[in-house]
Amino acid sequence: MTYLADVAALTRKDLRVALRARDTLPAMLLFVLSTLVVFHFALPEGTGDDAAYGLLWVAIVFTALLGLARAWVPEQEHAVFDGLVLAPCDRSAIWIGKTLATLAFLLAAQVVALPAFALFFAPLDAVAVVGVLLADIGICAVGSLMAAMAAAGRARELLLPLLMLPLSIPLIVGGVGAAISSEPERYLLLLALYDGIFAVLSWASFEYVVTES
Amino acid sequence: MSSAFAPIRSLPGLAAVAAGLMGGALLLSFFIAPEDADQGISQRIFYIHVPIALTAYFCFGLGAWKALLLLWRGDERYDLESYVAIHQGTIFGSLTLITGAIWAKASWGVWWTWDSNQLVLFLTLFLFYCAYFMLRFSLPEGPRRSRSSAVYALFGVALIPVSFLAIRLAEDFIHPTTFTRDGPQMTGTMFTAFCVSWAAVTLLAYVLYRVELVGKRLHTDLRELREALE
Amino acid sequence: MSGGEYVAAAYGVVFVFLLVYVAIIAAKLVRLQRDTAELLELARRRE
Repeated sequence: MTYLADVAALTRKDLRVALRARDTLPAMLLFVLSTLVVFHFALPEGTGDDAAYGLLWVAIVFTALLGLARAWVPEQEHAVFDGLVLAPCDRSAIWIGKTLATLAFLLAAQVVALPAFALFFAPLDAVAVVGVLLADIGICAVGSLMAAMAAAGRARELLLPLLMLPLSIPLIVGGVGAAISSEPERYLLLLALYDGIFAVLSWASFEYVVTES
Repeated sequence: MSSAFAPIRSLPGLAAVAAGLMGGALLLSFFIAPEDADQGISQRIFYIHVPIALTAYFCFGLGAWKALLLLWRGDERYDLESYVAIHQGTIFGSLTLITGAIWAKASWGVWWTWDSNQLVLFLTLFLFYCAYFMLRFSLPEGPRRSRSSAVYALFGVALIPVSFLAIRLAEDFIHPTTFTRDGPQMTGTMFTAFCVSWAAVTLLAYVLYRVELVGKRLHTDLRELREALE
Repeated sequence: MSGGEYVAAAYGVVFVFLLVYVAIIAAKLVRLQRDTAELLELARRRE
């Protein structure tokens, strides 16, 4: 029970810090909307809906990367990382807290972005939305671990997309497949499998990447 | 697995065996194995391409195994071993991509095809492991770098089956497969040639891995010696 | 179509890679040799 309480406290802390800074969420929102406008000009007339679904996934992944790149910045800037790691809670709770907080921001951005996409380009059915949700979990779970790894290095903003893009290819396949395939179950299953495997891996390995000695 | 401080004495022996196997593999795959009925001479690229690809996987697997040992036992020497194994893996990975492109050109007339799942999977992994080096070179040296690299290396082996599944599924909507690679059956001598090539390339990779490790350890020892002398 | 040149190219690439590898190892050996010579000099001077 204390574990859950720790997770809840850490998530609340992350959300509050990010909301107070007022930079991440507006940036993600503006980014995803601007990307959609760019797509209008990038897609020639008569390209078809399938191409638009593909580009939607590019937008989702890059918006998530934008949010994830900022995920550990407060900890870095105010050097609270060491205190957090020394705190008497399981370190994996820190990872869950950060994952949930970034997930909340990504979902908030998508609450605007997905209706906008449906309005501008092509309709989205329930299955496609489920695909987006499942992929969000995977991106945030893996991404908050990768961002913590990258945060310790030089050029962390540069590093994160390089680490994440190869890892997100299965998510893109699953998401696009769920949106355009006539048998979307298999793609949703792939997404769920990805989430399961990589969430457990990230959860188990977070401790190793944040401790100094 | 006591490869770490095992006597270097065995390394020349291993290298000699690798050289012998390599000679035998070349002999088998060029002169003994019969010409493929469908693909003709270009099928002989198979004997070098596929063993190199499997060896690259072997190196990535070895790197992940050493990474697991590092996280498990906390012994710093596994960091270097994991790094060198993944380094070998990317070298053999780039060779796989080049020989694969040549084979694609020879049998399908194009240098690259997204129709071949193995090639696409390999490209994904190759990019993944290139990012491994970016991560490693960006972090300051220390236990945190070793462990971050190890975690990333472990993610790689989890990514292999998941990506494979994803790429298989993606075939349906990207485009239906027009080429298949498992057409002709291998005859006995062809299979022997393949197995010998596989053993030769794997052993070669292992010898290069050990050579690299010896060089890196020598370098570290010399640096420590200099510190002791100065 | 013979495709022989492609086979030669594939095996040639592998061969060239190995040669490059040898060259890199050689460069490392030269550096190690220079380092050892320097250290030897250092050790002699201290005696």
